[in-house]
Amino acid sequence: MQIYLPIAEMSVNVFLILGLGGGVGFMSGLFGVGGGFLMTPLLIFLGIPPAVAVGTEAAQIVASSVSGVLAHWRRGNVDLKMGLILTMGGFVGSFGGVELFKWLRGMGQVDLVIALCYVVFLGIVGGMMFIESIQSLVQSHRAGEAGVARKKLHQHTWIHGLPFKIRFRRSKLYISAVLPLSLGLLVGVLAAIMGVGGGFIMVPAMIYLLGMPTSVVVGTSLFQIIFVTANSTFLHATRNFTVDVVLALLLLLGGVIGAQIGAKMSVRMKGEQLRVLLALIVLLVCVKLGIDLITTPTEMFTLGAGGKH
Amino acid sequence: MKRLILIIALLMGNLGAARANEPLVADLSKHLVAITTGFAGTDVLLFGAVDGEGEVVVVVRGPAKAEIVRRKDRQAGIWINTGSAQVESAPSFYRVASTKPLAEIAPVAVLDRHQIGLDHLDLSIDTKDSGADGTAYRDALIRLKQKKGLYGDVVQQIGFMSHRLFRTEIHFPANVPVGTYLVEVYLIQGGDVISAQTTPLVISKIGVGADLFDFAHQQAAAYGLIAIMLAAASGWLAAAAFKK
Repeated sequence: MQIYLPIAEMSVNVFLILGLGGGVGFMSGLFGVGGGFLMTPLLIFLGIPPAVAVGTEAAQIVASSVSGVLAHWRRGNVDLKMGLILTMGGFVGSFGGVELFKWLRGMGQVDLVIALCYVVFLGIVGGMMFIESIQSLVQSHRAGEAGVARKKLHQHTWIHGLPFKIRFRRSKLYISAVLPLSLGLLVGVLAAIMGVGGGFIMVPAMIYLLGMPTSVVVGTSLFQIIFVTANSTFLHATRNFTVDVVLALLLLLGGVIGAQIGAKMSVRMKGEQLRVLLALIVLLVCVKLGIDLITTPTEMFTLGAGGKH
Repeated sequence: MKRLILIIALLMGNLGAARANEPLVADLSKHLVAITTGFAGTDVLLFGAVDGEGEVVVVVRGPAKAEIVRRKDRQAGIWINTGSAQVESAPSFYRVASTKPLAEIAPVAVLDRHQIGLDHLDLSIDTKDSGADGTAYRDALIRLKQKKGLYGDVVQQIGFMSHRLFRTEIHFPANVPVGTYLVEVYLIQGGDVISAQTTPLVISKIGVGADLFDFAHQQAAAYGLIAIMLAAASGWLAAAAFKK
C-alpha cells in the first residue's frame, strides 16, 4: 500500500516505513539508544531527501525520548539541574546547527557534511565502545578475580579549575557550569545537522568528561534530548520546511511496538554482549558511509532544486 | 463537445488559415490529475483524429523550473561536489510521443523551433566548473530527470487506427511535480507543422496531503509546534500504554 508523503513529495510503501520504524525501534529498545543514527541514514538510503529525513527524524526522536524518559523519571534517575543546563547549551547549539544546515544546503555540501559527521562520530564512539566492551567481556571471562582495584570517583584535572562552579546533588558533582553548557551546545549542533538525538555522544561524554554516575546518565540525556530535538524540529519546520508529520507518525507507530519488543529481549541478554553488538552496528554504519565517500560514484552529477524558498 | 469543436476550429483558423480543411482534434481522458494520499502515479489517455495525411507528435511539458546540477570530484580521497551549473529554466516534466521517429518527420530546424525531442530542448545552462562543459551538464540533467521518471527515455509510439484516429497513454509517476502542464499535439506534413493544438492539464495535490503542505508552508510556526506536540503526546501515550 502506497502513501503519498506531503512534505517529502514522494510516495512510499506504508509497510516498508512501518517495518523500518519497527526495526530501528527494536534496536533502540534492545540497546537503550535513540536509534536516530540508524534511522536517518536508512531514510536517506530509501530515497527520502536528506533534509526531510533530518527534519522528520528530529520529530520522531522527541516522541521516543518522551516515551523513554518517563520510566527514568519515575525512578528518580534524572538530574534536573544538569538536564536544564545541558538543554540551555543545546538550544543555542540547535539554533546554530539548523542555520548551518540551511547554509550548507544552499552550498550543495549538506550531504557531504552529514556523511562526514556520521563517519567521524560513529567511528569514534563505535570504536571506543567496541574496545571497552571487549575488554570487559574478557575480564568477566577470567571470572573470580574479585575486587578489581576500586577506582576513584573521577580524576581531578584542569577541567575542575574552571569558574562558575555549581553543585549537582543527584550527580554527586561539583563542577563548572561552563562544561555541561558547552557539551550541550556541541551536541545540539551535531543533533541538528545529523538528525539524531545525540545520545550516543552525550552519554559517553557525561560519563567520561563530566564524571556523572551511570545511573542518572541515560535519564538525564533523554530529558535534555526532548527539548533540544523539539527545538530543532521547530526550527527545521520554520526555516527549512522539512518536517513531514505523516512520515514521522508512521515511523513512530512502528517504533513504539519495536521498542517494546526490544526492551523485553534485552532483559535476556548480558550487558557486555549487548554493547559489543551495538558497537558492531555503529561501526557497520560508519564503514558503509565511509566507503560511499571514497568509492567512485556511478553518477558524478546530482540535481538540486534551484529555486530558493 | 460542440463548443470544443468550435474552439478547436477557431484555433485552427488562427494557425493555418490556408489549410482550414485539415483540422486536428485531440483531447485528454482527464484534465485534472489529483494527487491524493494514495497517489502512486497515473496514466492519462490522449486521443484524437486527423483529417488527411500527416504524422502526429505529442509533447507533454511540466511547468518550467530553475535547477542546479552539481558535479562531484575527488578531493583528498573523498568525493565532493566541486562544480555546479545553473539551469535557468527546464521543464519539470517532459515526454514526447510520435507516430514515426522524429528524424523522419521533420528537419532539425522545425524540431528546434517547437522544442520537440530531448535533443531539441532549449536549456540555457550557466556552467561554473572548469572540469566539465555545458554539454556534460546538459546530458547529466536529462539523465537525472530520466532516472526519476520525469523525462521520457524514448519517443513513445502513437498508434494510428484507420489512418485517422490516434491514441497514446501518458504516464505520470508518483513523484510528478504539481502545476499546470501543457499537452501539445502537432500535425506534421512534409516536414512542416501544419496544425497544432495545446491542451492544459492540471496536476495538483488534493485532500489532507495538500492541506498539510499548505499549512506547513504558510503557518510554519504553528505546524512546527503541532508536530512537536503530536510527537510528545504519542511518546507519552506509548509509554502509558505499555506500562505494567
